[in-house]
Parts: sequence; C-alpha cells; structure tokens
Amino acid sequence: MQIYLPIAEVSVNAFLLLGLGGMVGILSGMFGVGGGFLMTPLLFFIGIPPAVAVATEANQIVASSFSGVLAHFRRKTVDLRMGCVLLVGGLIGAALGVMLFNYLKSMGQVDLLVKLCYVVFLGVIGALMFIESLNALRKTAKGGTVSTRRKHGFVHKLPFKMRFRVSGLYISVIPPLLVGLAVGVLAAIMGVGGGFIMVPAMIYLLGMPTKVVIGTSLFQIIFVTAFTTMLHATTNFTVDVVLAVLLLVGGVVGAQIGTRIGVKMKAERLRFLLALMVLLVCGKLAFDLLVMPSELFSVGAVEGH
Amino acid sequence: MRWLIALLFMTVPALAETVVLGLSQNEIAITTSFDGSEILVFGAVKREEPIPEGPPLEVIVTVAGPSEPVNVRRKEKRFGIWVNIDAVEVDQAPSFYAVATSGPLRDVLSEVEDLRHKISVPQAIRSVGAPMGITDAASFTDALIRIRTANNLYQLMESHVAVDDQTLFRGRIELPAALTEGDYQTRIFLTRGGEVISEYETSIDVRKVGLERWLFGLSREQPILYGLMSLAIAIAAGWLASAAFSLLRT
Repeated sequence: MQIYLPIAEVSVNAFLLLGLGGMVGILSGMFGVGGGFLMTPLLFFIGIPPAVAVATEANQIVASSFSGVLAHFRRKTVDLRMGCVLLVGGLIGAALGVMLFNYLKSMGQVDLLVKLCYVVFLGVIGALMFIESLNALRKTAKGGTVSTRRKHGFVHKLPFKMRFRVSGLYISVIPPLLVGLAVGVLAAIMGVGGGFIMVPAMIYLLGMPTKVVIGTSLFQIIFVTAFTTMLHATTNFTVDVVLAVLLLVGGVVGAQIGTRIGVKMKAERLRFLLALMVLLVCGKLAFDLLVMPSELFSVGAVEGH
Repeated sequence: MRWLIALLFMTVPALAETVVLGLSQNEIAITTSFDGSEILVFGAVKREEPIPEGPPLEVIVTVAGPSEPVNVRRKEKRFGIWVNIDAVEVDQAPSFYAVATSGPLRDVLSEVEDLRHKISVPQAIRSVGAPMGITDAASFTDALIRIRTANNLYQLMESHVAVDDQTLFRGRIELPAALTEGDYQTRIFLTRGGEVISEYETSIDVRKVGLERWLFGLSREQPILYGLMSLAIAIAAGWLASAAFSLLRT
C-alpha cells in the first residue's frame, strides 16, 4: 500500500515503514538505544530526503523510547535520579554541541566530520564492548560467576556524593554530569539521541548494572529527542508526521517486544549483541568512506532556499 | 515585451497549422494514496489549407515541473577516503521534466530549434557558470541529468507520440509518485523538417488536497503547534502500546 508523505513529498510503501519501525523498536527496547543511528541510513536508502529523515526519526524515537521506558518503569529498572543528572548534563552538552556544529558548518566539511565521528566512536565503543562482553561470556560458560568489579579509584574521591539507590551506587554527581555533557555534545553534532554512546558510558564509566542502564538511557533519550523534534519542526519544517506515525506504530510495538526479550537475556549476552550491532554499522560507514562509490556525484538542495 | 510580440504577430501571416489540445486531466490532486499518475495528451492540428507538401508533421510534448536551484557535489579521494570536494550550483533545474516525441528527437527537431525553444532535457536546465577552479562544469549537469533520469524524474520518450494522417496525435506522460506541488508547464510543438511551426502552451495544476494539504499548511504556518502535535502523537502511541501489552499479559 503506497502512501504519499506530505512533507517528504515522496510516495512510500506503508508496510515497509511499519516493518522498519518494528525492527528498530525491538532493538530500542532491548538495548536502550534510540535506534536513530540505524533508522536514519535506512530511510535515506528508501528515498526519504536526508533532512526529513533526521527530523522525523527524532519524533519516532520519542514514541518508541516512551513505550520502552513505561515497560521499564513497571519493572523498576529506571534510575530516575541518575537519569535526571545525566539529562542536565545532556541538555547543556546539546546546546554546546549545536554551537560547535554551526561553527563547523561555517568552515565547511561538516558532513565528513559527522561521518568520521560515527566511525571513530562506533568503532572504539563497539570494539571495547565486544572484547569485554566476550570475556564475560567465556567466564560464565566456564561455570564461574561474573564478579562485579567495584573500582575505588579517583571517581570515589570526588565531592558532591549522591546515592543512586536503583543503580546501587554512591558516587559523586560530577562523573554522570560529565558523561551527560559529552554525550549531549556528540548527540547534537551527530544528530542522534546518543543512546549507543550513553549505554556503554553508563556501564563502563559509571559502573551501573546493565539492566538499569537500558531504562535510564531510554528515559533521558525521550527528552533529548523531544527537544530535537521541536527544533527541527520550528526551524527547518522537516518533521513529516505521516512518516512518523507509520514508523512509530511499528516502533512502539517493537519496543514492548524488545523490552521483554531484553529482560529475559543475560546481561553480558545483551552487551555482546549490542557491540556486534555497533561494529556492523561502523563497518558499513567505514566501507562507504573507503570504497569508491558507484556514483561520484550527488544532488542536494541549495542552502538558504 | 507584450507589444513586441503583438508586433511580430502583425507582420507574420497567421499560422497555417495550429494545435487544438485535449488533456485527460489538467489538475492532479495529491491525496494520501497518491502513487503517480498518467496524463493523456491528445489533440488535433487545425489548418485552413490542405496538408503542405514536404516532410511530414511531427509532434513534441514536454511537461516541466517547477524549477529550483540545486547543488551538485562531486566526491574525490583525499587521504584515503571519499569526500565531497567540488560543488556546482545549477541555477534552475525542473523537479520533473518529460519530453515525448513522435520520432527520434534529432529527426523531428533541429539543434538550432532545440536551443531556441529549450525543448530537450539538457536545454531545460540552466546553469550560469561554475565557480573558479572547476574546468569540467558540464560533467556536473550531466550527472544531474543522469541521477534524475535514473529516478524517472527526467524522461526522454522518443517515438512515444502517435500521429495519424498528420492531423490527430496522442501521447501519454507518466508522472512518478515522488511529485512536488506546482504548475506543471505543458508544451506542444508541431515541427516539419526539424523546424518548429507551431507551439501551444498550457499548465497542469498539481496540488496536495485533503489531509496532505492540511498537514503541509500546518507545518509551515503553525510550526510550534505542529511540533507539539507530533510529540503528542508519539507520547500517546508509546503509552497506548505499553498499556495494550500490559493488558495482554494479565
């Protein structure tokens, strides 16, 4: 069934969009990532103009994250206090990120920077997670229990300590604020919710348990992407609500299924799968940069028109 | 300008052969279920005298969507990776352009006449000049045509117009699903021996209607309301799915 999208001005297959939304929704519920870094390239591929794809994707992530976070709330796997601290850092970071983005845009080559950012961050995060989770998987396969490492390094000497009961942490608010800030900057530059950076950062930098991380990540993604949606809708007029509805119907259902799968899975296996997915996307992006494209030319709108 | 044309018409004798045109539709409504459209262009040649001797009558039909400037970029390998280096701004390029002819294009239309009336696809694109340092500007416009032809946005359909007894003609133009709004300028040319002997122009109105119209209007005129509405839909859908699933479980 073909549907004409009023803002994107293209006609697309409705069932294809429902399927795509559902698939990304499952990943979102399972891993606590928004899925923007997967969905946006897929939308480009089926012919949605890039600007519309990025803006509409943000709106869809609001829906699937909200659907996912409700399921996590019911299981009490959302650290609201940690989520709020991360969000405060994240919003400051996003504002800084937008300023940095505009500065880079005035220098040209912002597309390239975004792509390089993706390859570097996805590559490093994916590789580290892959190795760590593989080791953890091996240990559990041998029958041993995974020891939860509690490092008492400089992080615990910092002031402004706060108790994060759901995460079982008593740490300074400075590291989560900084993590939020850094992710906010990157998210603004790369045009995504930042879940795929936030999730590993919470696990490895803050030492939060994997189960709590997913719900907490979804919680803060809702606010970041809602903010992005409003920004795109009011400045670029590129949010296509028909496209968003098609994607989010699949997305919200997928997120519910994904959450249930995620709860049943072992934490290290979950991390292993997320690492694989991140590496896959990274590999595809690196491939595009390194291999000669079949069409060297591309057609785009003239800016300022 | 108008008086000049009037003057020209006074000096030139009345055209011997003129077009009487019919269109299957002169309005295209883009609804939610819009999936491309087909326009049937048909007509007759009106003449006061018998059919002239010499080369037979040929017909060319063009349909052009609204024009806008576009940026064509080219990738080059730098430091081992492929990045956009050169860019050329094409001043005017129609979002859609189709040419249907009654025979091979160069047989029915001479190059001079093509230049004068801007009929073929390359003529429909206007590129004033490339920035300094780009010597092969033509390859950028070629690329634009190549990419849009691949997407069915630019079409050259030779021998797609049927002409009966040098009097009746009909052809069909297929409009793709990815159509933008606007006035689609439709031109009919009658040629003999490559020379244009008569020209007729009309326009097809392509408009969004109903829900499409309303949403597009809202997104432009009330962007804050539109954004909030999009968010409200997202939140409501997220809540609904969560509620439905928890009901299913119990």
